[in-house]
Amino acid sequence: MNSRTPPEQRPAVFLERTSYRRRRLRDVGRLLPFIGALLFLVPLLWNAGGETRTAMAMVYLFGAWAVLIALAAILSRPLKTRDDVAQQSNGPD
Amino acid sequence: MLSFNILITVALGYVVLLFGVAFYAERRAAQGHTGWLRSSLIYTLSLSVYCTAWTFYGAVGYAARSGLEFLTIYLGPTLVMIGWWLILRKLVRIGRSQRITSIADLISSRFGKSNTLGVIVTVLAVIGTTPYIALQLQSVTLSFSVFAGDSGPWTAQDLSGTALWVAVGLAAFTVLFGTRTLDSNERHHGVVMAIAVEAIVKLFALVAVGVFVVWGIASGPTDILARIDASPIAEWQVNGGRWVGLTFLSAAAFLCLPRMFQVLVVENADEQHVATAGWAFPLYLAVMSLFVIPIAVVGLDLMPAGSNPDLFVLTLPLSQGANGLATLSFLGGFSSATSMVIVAALALATMVSNHVVMPLWLGLRPQGATVSGDVRRVVILARRISIAAVLALGWLYYRMSGGGTALAAIGLISFCGVAQVLPALLGGIFWRGATRFGAAGGLLTGFAVWAYALFLPSFGAGGVMSEALLAQGPFGIGWLRPQALFGIEGLDPVVHAVLWSMLLNTSVFCVGSVLSFPSPVERLQGAQIVNVFEHSSGPRGWSRGTPAAEDLLVMVQRILGSRQAQTVFEQEANRQELSGYLPEITPDFLERLERELAGSVGAATAHAMISQILGGAAVSVEDLIAVADETAQMMEYSSRLEAQSVELTRTARQLRDANDKLTALSIQKDGFLSQISHELRTPMTSIRSFSELLRDDDVSDVERQKFAGIMHDEAIRLTRLLDDLLDLSVLENGQVHLNLQDGNLRDIIDRALVASKQDASLKVVRAPDHERELLHTDLDRLGQVFINLVANAQKYCDADRPTLEIAVSRSEPDVFVDFIDNGTGIPRKHQAVIFEKFSRLSDQAAAGGAGLGLAICREIMERLGGSVTYLPGKGGAAFRVVLPRAQALAAQ
Repeated sequence: MNSRTPPEQRPAVFLERTSYRRRRLRDVGRLLPFIGALLFLVPLLWNAGGETRTAMAMVYLFGAWAVLIALAAILSRPLKTRDDVAQQSNGPD
Repeated sequence: MLSFNILITVALGYVVLLFGVAFYAERRAAQGHTGWLRSSLIYTLSLSVYCTAWTFYGAVGYAARSGLEFLTIYLGPTLVMIGWWLILRKLVRIGRSQRITSIADLISSRFGKSNTLGVIVTVLAVIGTTPYIALQLQSVTLSFSVFAGDSGPWTAQDLSGTALWVAVGLAAFTVLFGTRTLDSNERHHGVVMAIAVEAIVKLFALVAVGVFVVWGIASGPTDILARIDASPIAEWQVNGGRWVGLTFLSAAAFLCLPRMFQVLVVENADEQHVATAGWAFPLYLAVMSLFVIPIAVVGLDLMPAGSNPDLFVLTLPLSQGANGLATLSFLGGFSSATSMVIVAALALATMVSNHVVMPLWLGLRPQGATVSGDVRRVVILARRISIAAVLALGWLYYRMSGGGTALAAIGLISFCGVAQVLPALLGGIFWRGATRFGAAGGLLTGFAVWAYALFLPSFGAGGVMSEALLAQGPFGIGWLRPQALFGIEGLDPVVHAVLWSMLLNTSVFCVGSVLSFPSPVERLQGAQIVNVFEHSSGPRGWSRGTPAAEDLLVMVQRILGSRQAQTVFEQEANRQELSGYLPEITPDFLERLERELAGSVGAATAHAMISQILGGAAVSVEDLIAVADETAQMMEYSSRLEAQSVELTRTARQLRDANDKLTALSIQKDGFLSQISHELRTPMTSIRSFSELLRDDDVSDVERQKFAGIMHDEAIRLTRLLDDLLDLSVLENGQVHLNLQDGNLRDIIDRALVASKQDASLKVVRAPDHERELLHTDLDRLGQVFINLVANAQKYCDADRPTLEIAVSRSEPDVFVDFIDNGTGIPRKHQAVIFEKFSRLSDQAAAGGAGLGLAICREIMERLGGSVTYLPGKGGAAFRVVLPRAQALAAQ
């Protein structure tokens, strides 16, 4: 991809901090569903084949759910900025 | 026990409220006050169509039977929403930039606007959704029947009658608010608003029941946890396959369900809303599912054994005497069911009318269609009929299945069916190499596997598939058993079907795409859709997602000029009875604005600009093609204008030249006239003066004779001049009548010499042998030319012993007759001018002629088809008469 983009679009080697931070936050946004999937797969590890206490499982699952929601809420603000320049350069980075 | 009639009244009142909300929202939207309609809250709430009566009632039932597994239905969509940056953002952007109207439209448009794919997806969607609609109808009628318990259990006829009424009412609502106009963006503000209200109602209802259960019946969270431990579902056996499989299935269905696509992508007003919904909707889901286990546990505890756990949400409050809460709960269930049916019917009707009815209708019309009024009417009619048909199908399915628990399993089967679109969907938006062939193959394969492994067996052994088929496979082939394909036994049927259908679907899709070549439109659409972020811009900086009138004014000013733009805006503001010059942005105004702009930049460009402002969407390919068309027309027109202007310039130049020539000729004629008058005056002056002398004075006889002689000579000279003039005029005007005869050249020369009174002063040298030429021409005129040339030689040759040589020669096909004297000849600078009228090179008196001789000769020779020219380099004056041989040959 880098060889296809014209020189003026290739990101500079040393980036300014705000756009760099924004890009890393976007990476977290992309990772978040996989983190969530992992969190929700944890119940499979408990006593595989055996049985688990429903109450405990319920508490865990809703707790993980709340954490995910909170993370998504925190991330939504920086991911939402109306910065067209930053948003357009989300392909190659 | 709550009176059944009161319940009916409450239900009807609620319906009226919904109608009112929808009307109000539509009216505000039509006036352009879409501000609050476009809020992210409304968007998030509209996503709640995912939570249907199956989740409102059925979740508790599911929990009561299988514990926490019910959560998988919500965990899938949670993961999809939390990962909105990955998939949803792209889907929404594509939907806006390509003006996608449904999931079938997306698939069809991505793969080269293939209508086949659109039809396949539509059929799949209808088959998958019909049972689900039946499920909703069943839930509503069951909830009605709970409240009618005091008059005895309802019969099946009562149930299906109620279901019919509900179906009719839903059809009416959907037709009314979904098909009143054809919005090119397919936004239905009234429906979305009603759905949002229903989302609040069902959340509130479920939370109320939950709160009632946790704090009303039990004594708080710790008590509930204790109760859970003491309940039949205290121990949860985690079925790993189902846990993962159902989570995946619900995530896939969340993206592929027609109703979800409608609210997620098509009804999306602003991309920024997706970011908010990314955390807000999982929160909604979490709250909706928080109280499910408590309600199930308490219900299992308190309700008599054998009661339907699906209806605990209703029966539990009723059993505790909380009638108000039960009514609220009823409304919540009613909301869940109706919102699903409305949106699903709308989405399906859009797909059916766009991909099945309209192509058929357009194909049947002989002359093709223009976007005229009758096409719109047909589309709206097709939508309405489709809505009615979909609901009728759902009701029929409900009747034929007889209600009961069979429907409950249908939810997952329906999910699996629509999830078959997932490979084509994700492949289409992420993979440039996906082709129509691969997508169609994948869809059909997945559909076939789903039908074989899940859908048909669901009708029960003996329904469609025989017992033997289910047990031993078709024709006894063990590894093709519908529920144990390829010998993998022991899998839950749903998980089994999901696994095989997705695996085979994806494989066929990938292999088919790699092996086939896409068409050009497919490549174009692929590039546009997969690289949508490079081709479209992000959301604009409009406040609240709507274009402010000022920004619009700025854009329009750039095109129309500030004065005209402000006038247009002021007129609109006056029309809307607003003070100031900034009007509200209504669709009508935008249409008018588009027309104004079209006058300046062309209709296609104006449309592209306005839609860009309206929807924040990039220009579509169709718009670009329309713009290119118009541009081509304009260029053709301007090149035609250019050609015309070049022609005009040339014509003007030619006119100028002609004018110059005429002016020159006119000057020439003036010169000619003045010269003639001068020539005429000279002899006239002599004649007059001498005649005066004769009249007035006494003259002697000798003098009288001399004077008379002079007068006579002058008169003769005058007459000759006038004759020559007349001759020349006749020759020049082409009015001469040529008297063509046969004759010999030698005779003509003889005659000429005689007539020119050749005297001894000029010696003539001839070669008579060469002069034997037969001619067919005007002999007299030719003789006139020879006479003139000889006379000139006599007059002007200034040698001591003047000699004139007459030489005849031939040069095919002409005859040359040369008259060469031995004088000094004519200087070079006069050689051209001697043939002009009145040109004499020496003293006039000596010449005695008017200077017309050579001019006459030239005219005569031109009339005869030959020429007379001066031959330089012969020593003396040499004139060559060229007789075209054709004249000579004609004689022979």
